[in-house]
Amino acid sequence: MELKTLATPRVPVRYYEGGTGQPLVFLHGAGGLDLDLGFLDSLATKFHVYAPLVPGYGDSEECAELRDMLDFTLHTWDVVDRLGVKDPVLVGFSMGGMIASEMAAIAPNDISRLALIAPAGLWLDDHPVADFFSMMPYELPKYLFHDAVAGAKAFQAAGDMSDPKFLQAFLVQNARQLGAAGKILFPIPERGLSSRLYRIKARTLVIWGESDKLIPPVYAKAFQRAIPRADVVMIPEAGHVVPFEKPAEVISAIARLQ
Amino acid sequence: MRFTWFNLMPWPYLPADFREKNHSVWVDINSRLFDPAKSHEVYNTYLDLLEYAGKLGFDGIGVNEHHQNAYGLMPSPNLIAASLARRTDDVALVVLGASIALYNPPLRVAEEFAMLDCISGGRLVAGFPVGTSMDTNYCYGTIPGLTREKYNEAHDLIKRAWAEKDPFAFNGRYTKLRYVNPWPRPIQQPHPPIHIPGGGSVETFDFCIDNTYSYSYLSFGGYIRGKALMQGYWDRVAERKAPDTSPYRAGFAQTICVAETDAEAERLYKQHVSYFYNRCLHVYPGFADAPGYRTIKTIQKGILSQYAPLTMFQELPWKELVENGSVIAGSPETVRQRMEDLIKSLHVGNIFCLMQIGDMPADKCMYSTRLFAEKVLPKLRNMFPEYDNDQRFWCKPLPKRAVAGNLPAESQVESLAGVDA
Repeated sequence: MELKTLATPRVPVRYYEGGTGQPLVFLHGAGGLDLDLGFLDSLATKFHVYAPLVPGYGDSEECAELRDMLDFTLHTWDVVDRLGVKDPVLVGFSMGGMIASEMAAIAPNDISRLALIAPAGLWLDDHPVADFFSMMPYELPKYLFHDAVAGAKAFQAAGDMSDPKFLQAFLVQNARQLGAAGKILFPIPERGLSSRLYRIKARTLVIWGESDKLIPPVYAKAFQRAIPRADVVMIPEAGHVVPFEKPAEVISAIARLQ
Repeated sequence: MRFTWFNLMPWPYLPADFREKNHSVWVDINSRLFDPAKSHEVYNTYLDLLEYAGKLGFDGIGVNEHHQNAYGLMPSPNLIAASLARRTDDVALVVLGASIALYNPPLRVAEEFAMLDCISGGRLVAGFPVGTSMDTNYCYGTIPGLTREKYNEAHDLIKRAWAEKDPFAFNGRYTKLRYVNPWPRPIQQPHPPIHIPGGGSVETFDFCIDNTYSYSYLSFGGYIRGKALMQGYWDRVAERKAPDTSPYRAGFAQTICVAETDAEAERLYKQHVSYFYNRCLHVYPGFADAPGYRTIKTIQKGILSQYAPLTMFQELPWKELVENGSVIAGSPETVRQRMEDLIKSLHVGNIFCLMQIGDMPADKCMYSTRLFAEKVLPKLRNMFPEYDNDQRFWCKPLPKRAVAGNLPAESQVESLAGVDA
């Protein structure tokens, strides 16, 4: 995958591109792309993958003008437009799934294939989505991973929190990334999507890790009920970060949309 | 110098094992620990203590706003200030403050502050905090990355509402009002003095400097730890070429306990100080700083939240708290020396004296407060004689003010009856 920059009406956008085949746009989750680069590499063996970063993620420029759900949705359509791809397979993970759902609902004739991987965007009072904004880094693995021990190791490999320099860099990155994500996810990751999902015309796959503790798998049914043509794929022994924990299973599910 | 006696209004009945058994004193504090019947006594005692301090020579009495917080029982500081307005007559009412971005519409603050200023005869010092992340983001749901923008808009609305004489339309992003025209208007014109409590955000420094507001650092970490932050502020005052470096451009909150001797201070107050630092400040660090609440510039300056590091200490002992300046405690002479050190080293003219500490009972609080007022405060009055005439950051009450309970005599009322007959 190659990291590139794209001009959009509001702000230059950084994106990864690689592979050949049908165009596929992947929208990342609130954690960014760090854990998913391996997954994208594999995905690029089957598709021509474009993975834009939400402004503020990674080394990309922040965009104060993106304030609400409509801003995020239209901005991401601007990105797709500038990439020059028509009717890509649209794949969104977690926060990216929320944005992808909105894009497909607002422009139902422009997206015919949609894959939502553990998407955010709905809220069930009996099954609250965990508040990851208030979590300390050491608390995250048990919500994100099926195998929390392995997950904690993957986290630690990124750097040592007791090193003040790394801690400061981490806090800056966190403020930039989750600060941007918070515009659509804080304090409750719901911005009215449930009243718009009926508009989606795309063939939709809702992919979920069976042991997701961040957004419980019960949400898969809620998405399926609200989207006219949706199938659910449950993946065993996977937590919230399904693309990281079970990349092959996720890719073969997405391949069904080809 | 301006000394404000401040009451955070902590809940005094947190159990000894609170820290071990509870997630946080703030945001998700266990509501079963609150006893409404006991709070009746607690609130009235705390109000009495504020009124008591108001009679002893303090320049102001101070209240602030917290939500879902066991060390701050004032979700509405204006309610407390309103009751104080009626029961005091010459002390400033320092509301530090009302979190303007949390009111919908924020015009409510313009109205309530104007009411307080009118009822008190111009004794209001108005605080406009952005609010902590616990209060603003986690309790009141404001999106962290939009908090500052919302705050700035609320500020502009309130300032305009007080200044403009005719109704105007306000087309904000967060508030849209067709007819802005508050009644009443504040006595103090163009507006009551404004203090901004802050926690080290560079943007807040600049905001105060550019608007001639006083910057208040409400820390529990004490003046020694607070020095770096206040130096950052004064550096900024110089960088932005403010016309002066008046110490009244800044305020600092300090925990203070006074007794006859240093040993007596330890004997009388140690357990209450321990209650405050070890139970009340048990804030879950994940609530201290929602991502996006602080700007990148501020994080890069390395001034991080006071709550996160404090909660990592285990059982802070008295000696350490006193030595590191978290608490200024001891005989009147010890306290005077350390206060002088604080005032000079931070260059601050407004002192917020935190003297009701943790579960301190009223008698001890009165003892400490009286000793401070009589034996310490008079000796600290003259720290900045060259700025004696700087009235920009303090209230300007009406010279002649109404007195509560001053209705005509019943006999006069009765004499109205039957006059037409």
